[in-house]
Amino acid sequence: MATILTDTGEMTVAATDGLWLSADDAETATGWTLKPEGMCQADLCVPLPAAATRDGRIDVAAFWQLLGHPVVHDAASETWVLGAGADQRNDALAGLLAPDFTLPDLIGVPHTLSALRGKKVFLSTWASW
Amino acid sequence: MFDSLNAKNFMIVAVAEESRGAEHARPWIEQANATYWNLIDEDHRVADLYGMVNVPQAVWIDEAGRIVRPPETAGSTDHFRLMDRTTRTLAPEHQAARQDARTAYLDAVRDWVLTGSYALPMDAARRRLPSITPEVAQAQAHFRLGVWLRRHGNAAEGDAHLAEASRLHPDSWNIWRQAADLDEVGKASGEAFWQRVQALGDRPYYPPPDLAR
Repeated sequence: MATILTDTGEMTVAATDGLWLSADDAETATGWTLKPEGMCQADLCVPLPAAATRDGRIDVAAFWQLLGHPVVHDAASETWVLGAGADQRNDALAGLLAPDFTLPDLIGVPHTLSALRGKKVFLSTWASW
Repeated sequence: MFDSLNAKNFMIVAVAEESRGAEHARPWIEQANATYWNLIDEDHRVADLYGMVNVPQAVWIDEAGRIVRPPETAGSTDHFRLMDRTTRTLAPEHQAARQDARTAYLDAVRDWVLTGSYALPMDAARRRLPSITPEVAQAQAHFRLGVWLRRHGNAAEGDAHLAEASRLHPDSWNIWRQAADLDEVGKASGEAFWQRVQALGDRPYYPPPDLAR
């Protein structure tokens, strides 16, 4: 089993030989669907190199890096981060639409930034350290 | 500030970049006793999404959800660097200058809420956006893994990823100081921190916000 940390959360999947996943798990982890043309999301398809797919399974680490995103994992290859590439972050900021997020308050109640649409928002960070 | 403004049209979202978790932020939040949002961000997700490198940094977001001021220092100044570290005191003129800068920034926030001033046109806002490099993106992935490994009892390996994150993104005080704090509470403002600040030389620790209109 492997734990995958993505931009949207955390999931545990059956992985083999690194981060080879079933097409279903790959879709859950990445948001991309395996089709004959390659990995697809909405109208966009990215061809998968032959070395990155076998018997309906996908080398998700290789695919993620092919998209230009960082992939890091622990020494035991049990925990993986599928990160967001620089282009994704820069493009989001350049659009000037405030990147959305959901975070808990002190008692664990989740709050989502975009729920404040219609108000001016002063988003500020701090830390105890 | 919040109580004096119309909460119908304005909200403060205060995000604690706090990988040790909510309990470490609790005393400050309870003392503030605020009605605005106080959120806990163990993975520093907000810093990652917005390209923030220090605290406090703030982003101003308008009613349409658009960034009208990208991340900038939110009221703090570099006067702390002039502090006498044995007596932990700051000369009165520096104390006054620090307070003036803080007041000027909070006044700007208030003016923006009431009149819309200080909001930047789109092209100017874009010019002030941080630039996320591939190294920064890679650093954020290492930071995420480092915090996760630490949270799951693997401090040694977690620290290696946190150190790699700092190496890849040396401008991020958030990454370096959070890693120091995870190692030992208090270390984020210890001797190694001061050495790092000194190594800045003429460069600012808190770049002052450009409030020209």
